[in-house]
Amino acid sequence: MRKTFISQNPSVLWFILALAIFTVVVTILSEVTGIGLISTSFVKTLGKTLCLCLVAIAMDVVWGYCGILSLGHFAFFGIGGYAVGMWLMYARTEGIVIESLAGQPLPPTPQEISDAIGNQIFGVVGSSEFPLIWGFADSLFLQLLMVILVPGLLALVFGWLAFRSRVTGVYLSILTQAMTLALALYLFQNDSGLRGNNGLSGLQNIPGYEDTSQAVISIVFFIASAIALAAGYIFFAWIVSGKMGSVVKGIRDNEARVRFLGYHVESYKLFIFTTTAVVAGIAGALYYPQAGIINPGEIAPIASIYLAVWVAIGGRGRLYGAAIGAAFVSLLSSWFTGGGAPNINLGFYVIQWTDWWLVLLGFSFVAVTLFFPKGIGGLFDLLVRKQQ
Amino acid sequence: MFRLLSLALTLWLTIPAVAVAQSLQDILQTHNEEVLNPGRQSVSVVLDDLIASGLPQALPFLEAWRDREIVQRSTDGLFFRAAEAGGTITLTDLDTAEVVGTSVSAELTESRPNGGVRRAIGDALVQFQLSDPDISRRQAAVDAIARSMDASQLAPLAASIAAEPDPDLKEVKTRLAGMLGALFAETQEARIAAIEALSGDLSVDVRAVLNTILATSPGVAVSVPEGANIAQVLVVGTDLSATDAYTRLVAAELAPALIPNNAIRDALVANIDGGMVGGLPVASLDTDAARATAYDTLAAAGTVAPRVTAEQQAEAVAAHTFYLQYAEPDPVITDAARFALDAIETKVALSQTVDLGLDALSLASIYFLAAIGLAITFGVMGVINMAHGEFIMMGAYTGFVVQQFVPDYTLSIIIALPLAFAITFGAGVTMERLVIRHLYHRPLETLLATFGISIALQQLAKNIFGTQARPLTSPEWLDGALVFNDVIAISYIRIAIFVLALLFLALILFVLKRTRLGLEVRAVTQNPGMAASMGINPDRINMLTFGLGSGIAGIAGVAIGLYAKVTSEMGADYIVQSFMTVVVGGVGNVWGTLAGASLIGFLQKGIEWLNPSNTLAAQTYMILFIILFIQFRPKGIVALKGRAAAD
Repeated sequence: MRKTFISQNPSVLWFILALAIFTVVVTILSEVTGIGLISTSFVKTLGKTLCLCLVAIAMDVVWGYCGILSLGHFAFFGIGGYAVGMWLMYARTEGIVIESLAGQPLPPTPQEISDAIGNQIFGVVGSSEFPLIWGFADSLFLQLLMVILVPGLLALVFGWLAFRSRVTGVYLSILTQAMTLALALYLFQNDSGLRGNNGLSGLQNIPGYEDTSQAVISIVFFIASAIALAAGYIFFAWIVSGKMGSVVKGIRDNEARVRFLGYHVESYKLFIFTTTAVVAGIAGALYYPQAGIINPGEIAPIASIYLAVWVAIGGRGRLYGAAIGAAFVSLLSSWFTGGGAPNINLGFYVIQWTDWWLVLLGFSFVAVTLFFPKGIGGLFDLLVRKQQ
Repeated sequence: MFRLLSLALTLWLTIPAVAVAQSLQDILQTHNEEVLNPGRQSVSVVLDDLIASGLPQALPFLEAWRDREIVQRSTDGLFFRAAEAGGTITLTDLDTAEVVGTSVSAELTESRPNGGVRRAIGDALVQFQLSDPDISRRQAAVDAIARSMDASQLAPLAASIAAEPDPDLKEVKTRLAGMLGALFAETQEARIAAIEALSGDLSVDVRAVLNTILATSPGVAVSVPEGANIAQVLVVGTDLSATDAYTRLVAAELAPALIPNNAIRDALVANIDGGMVGGLPVASLDTDAARATAYDTLAAAGTVAPRVTAEQQAEAVAAHTFYLQYAEPDPVITDAARFALDAIETKVALSQTVDLGLDALSLASIYFLAAIGLAITFGVMGVINMAHGEFIMMGAYTGFVVQQFVPDYTLSIIIALPLAFAITFGAGVTMERLVIRHLYHRPLETLLATFGISIALQQLAKNIFGTQARPLTSPEWLDGALVFNDVIAISYIRIAIFVLALLFLALILFVLKRTRLGLEVRAVTQNPGMAASMGINPDRINMLTFGLGSGIAGIAGVAIGLYAKVTSEMGADYIVQSFMTVVVGGVGNVWGTLAGASLIGFLQKGIEWLNPSNTLAAQTYMILFIILFIQFRPKGIVALKGRAAAD
């Protein structure tokens, strides 16, 4: 008997249901409806968390299911953010410039407008020329295409080179980390054309919606993030549950054996690597308008390692585990480092969590790796087993 | 006059005994009129006599004279140095430097030397200073000349060389006189001789002197002027862009200025008349072409200056010759200077290559030190230790803490090195026992677990030592640099690190190839199961290997801390580089790590040399190179073969 997709993956239904309820509740409690129990800034935090969950799911597919520990997926996330940020910044600056030039006696020429925008955007790195990569920045459609194309192509080329020469295991991890580092270092340069370490800013202002309040914008992005997360979840659940999923899991467990069975292992790995990179890019494109600013520090190798940490704590090899891990650790992290956690007075020493949170995270991470390799997701196994 | 001066100076230096009988006041009285109202010509008589007298009090007198502090008392005609304070004027005797009394301005006549006279006094002062018995004053005079070279300094400087008692300063003076000679000697032969004498010298100031002689200024004319010393005739299009050429024409007032876009805009704005300008409605002027049409209409009406068309520009440029002209009129001298400078620059380029090689070597030894411990743990046990960088940091902080207790820097380094080894060895063994032992079959999870330890240790260090960089001071005998010539120099710390790297290479090779432990380590590396059945305890070997690798990281930390700052993040700076060193070199082989470190060190310096302003770009390109390199040699430069190579 052929099982349906849902009956094979009961977690999909539960996850979508929980996500839908969560989205509705947050929307009702937000400032948009007037109840205002959840502040706009917290809605943004939740929306950002949903984007992190999405990239964590992608990471889980590439690592937990396919066995490739990529330490570079946050680079794709950042590229997505930069791609959408370029349009946001360009369009907004263009609006401001046209408004300020409107008062002049002569109508401005296209060259004058372009020069003024260039001055506004690149004055901070001592330039006013538009670099080549900003060629499409005036078109939202093309920049959205970049969100998909640039991470996709980069992952395709990089993955093709790496998988072709059979770079596996920790070597691949280090190679992806090197890629992230190279990208971050490149973006840190002032002449990279992306404003060096200033990054892109003011991304929370959406061009064309200047009069819309941030409360509404934040809810729109929150719901969009929730939809993207749901779509990503269904997409990846579908990928890993079919025949292809079996091959992919086989590659994780024993690559050589799958190759000997006649499967073209490299193609599968390349497909998974590229697809997850594209999803990471989309997640980044949703994340940074909510964060408002992106700079090269976001792409530093440590960010990608944290991504792996979230997935490991949440539980590898199960999509909801990755999402829970990302949400749990990132929210906990902002609670501790934001001063939300009460300090502990030991009498002779006061533990301030802003200083000690990373120590706690580091050691609890070691503990999870050693004692709970299944992560938080492992708790659900206990639950399910009890019911049976 | 300078010949006279130098002659007088020589006389003074050779027969000082003659002068002793006189007093300064006597000389001044002899030249009463010249002192009181000095002229550009008459002052030299006084100066000559003063120099000839050899009186030590002449120097302060000259300074006071230059600063307009010399007065004559009308009652007895004597000269004094005057200082005014609160309305009363204090008089100081010029010979004894004692205060003789006070006076009022009515009975005093001031000596007021004019600008030219003061310059002459200043030159005489230089001469005094150059021959001053106090070496620090002589040094200061020489430094002052070196700062601003001037033709008038040549003669006094040359005259003071022969009698210079200090050999070092004598050499400096000779060199300076050579440079002054190249610039200002009176005859062509003398200048060429001086220029040729400079050609062996690589120092920056000599190159600056030669470049001064070779300084050019751009010129433009219908044809190259006769008799000018032309450095180069510029070809428009190759040496000079047409736009720049036209700009020069405009600057030389040989062509009308271009009307830039904003000038067109301003002109149009100024001529708006009832919503129309130049016959076009204002609203339609949103392109450069429309604006140009409107402007041309205005120009035709004579309201504004006409635009210069592209054809006119090209014609003007074609009708003129552009060239570079030497400021020095004599072509023989510029040729000699060019020849000398070329010779120097060839030598400088060679020296720079050697210097770059030394830099690369020291960078390679730092990478080697940072990576060798990692190579051991990674190579032997296949364990990725992300906390390796934090062991480097622990070593550096150990050095810092030791220096807080042991103030003697040499002793503290001697204590810190083994202590850092012991501490990081202990930390490594603890980590291996508590964490890594349980994860041997899950290498990717080891990576993450050790990363957890890494962030915890980093934050702990931050909590204990704070975020600011801590200094690790090197002993005095490591300060300074070994200087080969003006270009090639290497600091002693870098040499020490290089020697340390060599020592470690030898030590590790010895341990691995010549000791029981090394034998067992190699056995476990090749086949742990077989090694175990031969009576080797793989657990113990793994523990010791990990400890050894970590301990070496600690010592590397002390070495790195000596030349870089100690911060809690210093480990993170080295971890990715170290991994790449190991991976590029080839895992599990000391020679491989050496090859990897050399490759990365030389490559990074090479790229930095090609693009010196941008270290970030250099690092980016280097990482890209490494990514590509791994494609072609996935197992590194020195790849293991046979069974040991299996994953």
